[in-house]
Amino acid sequence: MSSSVTIPPQFEVVDRPLDTQMTISMGPQHPSTHGVLRLELVLDGEMVVKTTPDIGYLHTGMEKLFEYKKYQQGIVITDRMDYLNPLGNNLAYVMAGEKLLGLEIPVRAQTIRVLMCELQRIASHLVWLGTHALDIGAMTVFFYCFREREKILNLIEAASGGRLTPSYFRIGGLMMDLPAGFENRCKQFLNDFPPALGEFHKLLTGNKIFQRRTQGIGLISAEDAIDWGLSGPCLRGSGVNLDIRRANPYSSYENYDFEVPTEPDGDVWSRYMVRMREMKESHKIAAQALSRLQPGPVKADAPKVVLPDRAAMKTHMDALIHHFLIVAEGFDVPAGEVYHPIEASKGELGVYIKSDGGPKPSRVHFRGPSFVNLSALPVMSEGEMVADVVAIIGSLDVVLGEIDR
Amino acid sequence: MTSGPENTELPPEQTPSLEGTPSPLVTALQREHPEWTAQVIEAFGETTFVIPRDQIVAACSFLKSWPEGQFNFLADICGADRGVEEEPRFEVNYHLFSTTKFHRIRLKVVLNEEDTHVPTVTGVWRTANWHERETFDLFGVIFDGHPDLRRILLPDDWQGHALRKDFPLRGYEPYSLK
Repeated sequence: MSSSVTIPPQFEVVDRPLDTQMTISMGPQHPSTHGVLRLELVLDGEMVVKTTPDIGYLHTGMEKLFEYKKYQQGIVITDRMDYLNPLGNNLAYVMAGEKLLGLEIPVRAQTIRVLMCELQRIASHLVWLGTHALDIGAMTVFFYCFREREKILNLIEAASGGRLTPSYFRIGGLMMDLPAGFENRCKQFLNDFPPALGEFHKLLTGNKIFQRRTQGIGLISAEDAIDWGLSGPCLRGSGVNLDIRRANPYSSYENYDFEVPTEPDGDVWSRYMVRMREMKESHKIAAQALSRLQPGPVKADAPKVVLPDRAAMKTHMDALIHHFLIVAEGFDVPAGEVYHPIEASKGELGVYIKSDGGPKPSRVHFRGPSFVNLSALPVMSEGEMVADVVAIIGSLDVVLGEIDR
Repeated sequence: MTSGPENTELPPEQTPSLEGTPSPLVTALQREHPEWTAQVIEAFGETTFVIPRDQIVAACSFLKSWPEGQFNFLADICGADRGVEEEPRFEVNYHLFSTTKFHRIRLKVVLNEEDTHVPTVTGVWRTANWHERETFDLFGVIFDGHPDLRRILLPDDWQGHALRKDFPLRGYEPYSLK
């Protein structure tokens, strides 16, 4: 084994005490692997020669489970995939269902969806920022990020009743309208957030140690990024201006004014800057959505698909019958197949639904952005130092719940 | 099927085609490659080509470099089981996307249960690697020429393919590491 080692010239030393490669297993319990990711690293000294990600520790057969559940029961499963961005998962799933059913969603419901998804995106990026900084060794940022995230989770809880598993969207609209006082609370948060974002920048962006740990590390070029299927901030960090909200607008995103931040270098620092700037843009979109909220219905006019209001159910015979049928038997979805992509916080989240015409889908597949982004880890990490692998994983912002499904 | 409007220019965004009238994209493709564009499904605003199995690599490489389509991004590959009784039983769906023209297309390969081999497209896009491993793991579709066709989500010694319709939801017996 030792005789066949090839050493790149820059690491050639005259007297090698350890003329061999070492294979170490990083994870699945390693704190910086964000869940249960295992990496098999072949090291030459401190340099990574080969990275082999090993996933599946969190596999729970969710895609199988969808086939045994009615369409509306599937929504709660989506929460558990990317558990940092559950509303994004809800949205992708319900929009795929709505595409099959051909439903028209009321303006207020679309606006609330945009508002909640952008708040969720900020919350997801805050967890990334806190843990990414923590991995690199800056502990303080974590507490500041979670302080702000808590405020968003409180807002999501006020709207949906759940903090991490909201299941707020339904095929045909929303579970219910926003509660009284929500708009003021949301306004309060939106006022507080820009100074907080300034604090994060003060803590990290100008920090020399953080810059040295991230600049020029984990490089991937624009061509490679597209070839490896990267999406979201990872792709934009390589200078590719691509955002599904712009490219294939959904849920009325075409009406919002926002920038798509890109950074040219393709390193950990670029991906950091893209996400930091994205939080500002999400804040901008959320503020626009909040200012556009007009009274109106939040459910589509489709009595055979959308559950009736409680009041109507108690006074109208047909509403009661529809309620009973939807809950007991579900609703039939036309046969066919759709793929609906959205821009989740980590990249392109695509939902493929194949329907045979009944109340349960024949196949549901989630194209998780983390799954694809992680598959490019070997290209980014090979040739780097082993300590930088931690920074690179952090910059990919992977969530194992979505990768393993 | 080739009687659509004689228009080589693609619209800026994909517009859902009218009933029976193929979109300009489909017409242009059918003119260039009649050998794998015979079966087209246009529904829900999405275009699907059912590709003969031995043409899938050629189709993917062509679409990737086709100046009018520029489908340079492989968004997803996913398998599907149509049902134990169905013939052909399995399908593999390739979701292609263009990072410059922002339109999407789906390629579909259908497979019989006895012969679940498909040529790999890892030579066209490297991102196909994990997608194909996942499809192999869950459906038992074998991608010929794949550099590293191992299970990815389930353990290496797992018996069967979990997303097949004849695989029970709760498995055959509780799994334990041997």
